[in-house]
Amino acid sequence: MSKFKKKKEGELPAVSTASLPDIVFMLLFFFMTVTVMKDSSLKVENTLPNANEIKKLEKKDRIVYIYVGKPTKEYEKTFGKESKIQLNDKFADVSEVGSYILSEIAKKPQELQDKITTALKVDREANMGLISDIKQELRKVNALKINYTTNEGDAFTNLK
Amino acid sequence: MARRGGAPEVSAGSMADIAFLLLIFFLVTTTIETSAGLDRKLPPMEEILDPPVIKQKNIFTVVINREGQLLVEDELINVKDLKAKAIAFLDNGGDGTCAYCKGAKDAESSDNPAKAIISLKNDRETKYGTYVTIQNELVGAYNELRNREAMRLFKTKFTDLDAEYTNPETKDKLSEEAYEKLKEKIKRIQQLFPLILSEAETN
Repeated sequence: MSKFKKKKEGELPAVSTASLPDIVFMLLFFFMTVTVMKDSSLKVENTLPNANEIKKLEKKDRIVYIYVGKPTKEYEKTFGKESKIQLNDKFADVSEVGSYILSEIAKKPQELQDKITTALKVDREANMGLISDIKQELRKVNALKINYTTNEGDAFTNLK
Repeated sequence: MARRGGAPEVSAGSMADIAFLLLIFFLVTTTIETSAGLDRKLPPMEEILDPPVIKQKNIFTVVINREGQLLVEDELINVKDLKAKAIAFLDNGGDGTCAYCKGAKDAESSDNPAKAIISLKNDRETKYGTYVTIQNELVGAYNELRNREAMRLFKTKFTDLDAEYTNPETKDKLSEEAYEKLKEKIKRIQQLFPLILSEAETN
């Protein structure tokens, strides 16, 4: 008469899943901290060109973004196939760039206002004419620091 | 049977499910941002009253046409050769005032890196991708020369110094003195090879 039942042979013990929530939480916190919520959905095609002599843009709080590219399929009918500027969530004309930058700068804290960089996220297929016009507008409002945002990679692939 | 002592335990079994749900949400919404690029400064708007006279030999003209072809100093060249040409031009040191230059000292090319100007002109229909490649090559030329000088003077690369300087953590890590020193070093290298890139208005 044994008090302890013998375990049946060949039965594997179940793996404890008690620590699963901990692991998942760890992952969760990682993604929560690295996530940057997209503040505007892209309405233009935006395949950035490659470059290898790049500098990292630190300090996201002092960057204003301007997107340029062809309207995506959805918007092709209304806006045509020519490259367009996107500011925040809507398409804009070149003449609106200046006032947009000024209003964005005004939203930033006082001490950062003279340190704003304008990041140009431009599709590699866009024409330089539009970019030159934007640059001209930026000069008019004295927003002189710009950054051509690129992906890291071989620059010569842009030529194809 | 009456309960004794404390509230009943809440089952934590579904915690994993909830956490998974959140995890998947963040996984889907995450965009690890590409926030790197070529920094450039635009010239201010005000008109210069009497522009200084610049000798033609101190200007390195780069013209890109709408097909993305490259004309450097009135010569059609391949984009791959641009960097070497730009380095040769910047590093020339024609008038002998530049002690650290290792170039050909050709009298027909630039006098001094401080005087050497790269003039970039592009067509309105040039593709942005091409333009970035050209910019990248020109910045690459400057970086290579600056790296060389930084190696000679401080035994590190200029690009590493610069990356350290722009990294927001550096300011907390280093003492104020060391931080100032780093800034000094970068300034010194930049003075040896100042980045002078003039962009003509397109037509």
